[in-house]
Amino acid sequence: MKSIGKSTTPYRYLIPTLALLIVFLVIPICMVVRYSFLDNAVVSPDPVFVGLENYKTLFADAQFWGAVKHTVIFVVVSVVAHLVIGMIFAMLLNTKYFKTRTKTIARVIYILPWVFTASVVAILWKLMLQPSGIVNYLLSFLPQVSQNTEWLSDQNIALAVICFINIWCGYPFYMISILAGLQGISEDLYESAALDGATGAKSFIHITIPQLKPILISIAMLDFIWTLQSFNVIWMLTGGGPVNATEVLSIYIYKLVFQKLDYSMGGTTATVLLIVCVIIAIFYVRQQKKVRE
Amino acid sequence: MVGSYKKPVKVILSIILVIGGLFAGFPIIWMFCSSLKANSAIFAWPPKFFDETDSLASYAAVLTDSSKMRFFLNSYIVAACVVFLTLFIGILAAYAFSRFDFPGKGLFNSLIVSVQAIPPIVLLIPYMGLIVAMHLFNTYFALILTYLVTTLPYCILMMTGYFNTLSKELDEAVMIDGGSRWKALWSILVPISIPGMVSVGMYTFMQAWNEYLFALTLTQTENMRTVPIGINLLMGQHAYDWSQMMAMSVLGSIPVLVLFIFFQKYFIAGMSSGGVKG
Repeated sequence: MKSIGKSTTPYRYLIPTLALLIVFLVIPICMVVRYSFLDNAVVSPDPVFVGLENYKTLFADAQFWGAVKHTVIFVVVSVVAHLVIGMIFAMLLNTKYFKTRTKTIARVIYILPWVFTASVVAILWKLMLQPSGIVNYLLSFLPQVSQNTEWLSDQNIALAVICFINIWCGYPFYMISILAGLQGISEDLYESAALDGATGAKSFIHITIPQLKPILISIAMLDFIWTLQSFNVIWMLTGGGPVNATEVLSIYIYKLVFQKLDYSMGGTTATVLLIVCVIIAIFYVRQQKKVRE
Repeated sequence: MVGSYKKPVKVILSIILVIGGLFAGFPIIWMFCSSLKANSAIFAWPPKFFDETDSLASYAAVLTDSSKMRFFLNSYIVAACVVFLTLFIGILAAYAFSRFDFPGKGLFNSLIVSVQAIPPIVLLIPYMGLIVAMHLFNTYFALILTYLVTTLPYCILMMTGYFNTLSKELDEAVMIDGGSRWKALWSILVPISIPGMVSVGMYTFMQAWNEYLFALTLTQTENMRTVPIGINLLMGQHAYDWSQMMAMSVLGSIPVLVLFIFFQKYFIAGMSSGGVKG
């Protein structure tokens, strides 16, 4: 008796978590994948199994490939810019040139954009980017800049603007992670490199970067997954427009399901997005294991 | 020599520091300044940080509007429940992960880690049907239960790590005295783990307070909306009252800002341990 009691103990502690994850994670994922194989899922009382027909339709849809293109641009630009800005700010906060107090205050200010909720970020930038708003005013001091740029309704620049806003509110996560990494690098490494004549750029390339590499890879992968899923700020600022210029995959899916009530095609696109995210996540978990070993 | 070499470097770095500060902070200062202005002065040309129309009128308007206060009440209720339940359920799971070896442990662990990779939009599609079928549509429970899925994994991973640093002899001492495992967990391990719980609780609060997509789709009537949706609703109205929108944004950010400023240390420790969604 006792051994049975003992062996079920850990599971009893896990019951609430498991129940929740099964009902709100495992079952929903199975449902989405199922929708992708049906015609008129949810909407029709008895949908027909159509095999891979939905996937064929999806891969032949130019609007889908447009969304893929926007997503790739958005993700790559955001991740690279986050990495560069996060690195610069982290190194700035790690130099010996400033007093600790200055650095503490600067750190708080630099993290701030990350604290605000998506709707505040959206509304705030909407205000600043109005044609007669502060951004156009500040730019009017520069030569050869047209004064009344419609930042969010010009389809040539809307995606770039969205990228910029996402960069603004996303870099602090990198900055903090990199800063923790920098503080973990032993001073001895730099000192012995300095004895060999390596300072400045050289020690950055030969010591800082290799030492930070595991952290950089981990956060870039996480950010890649998160940015791939971005929805909120884009939805509130442009709704995917103008003329689909900022339509990323999440928005494409949202419109299919909640505006056109096309659960089948929505489920199909969602399954594709899910597969991509899971593949990156597998690499991320492997990377984390390597770091720990 | 060293001094004269270092001075220009410090000047350049100081300039970069200030530019960085403006990049990060200027939009936030502008939000605050705009919230004080009269709506007619928002797009004054040239713009000013402060002008003669400055007043707290917009704040008063938001704070005395019971439908807007309802957004805050909803957000507090949802966030408080999510924090409590996440910690309670998460601590139980973390205890199992930290103190036992059992068949399927690896699989459970992978399941929990994998949650971070699932796009919310993917889950949202079946949630609509699921939540309606469970008669939870447009209720607090719809939000609380779905938020738990995203907040629990971080809690479990962090608390497992925390419990792993505590000696097993602690719980064995309680059990030798005739106490149960349950008692060991709640009377010994949990009280020592309060710093870890503060860190996890803060993150959970922030995630629940800031969540947008599920709140947008799983609630419908205005009396069930949370703060982020409330701010968004203001944006959709025909006559843009920018001043009030900014006041509402400032007020809606205060709870998270206060937590952030007072618990900075925990915040940064949690953030750099990775896996926290912004």
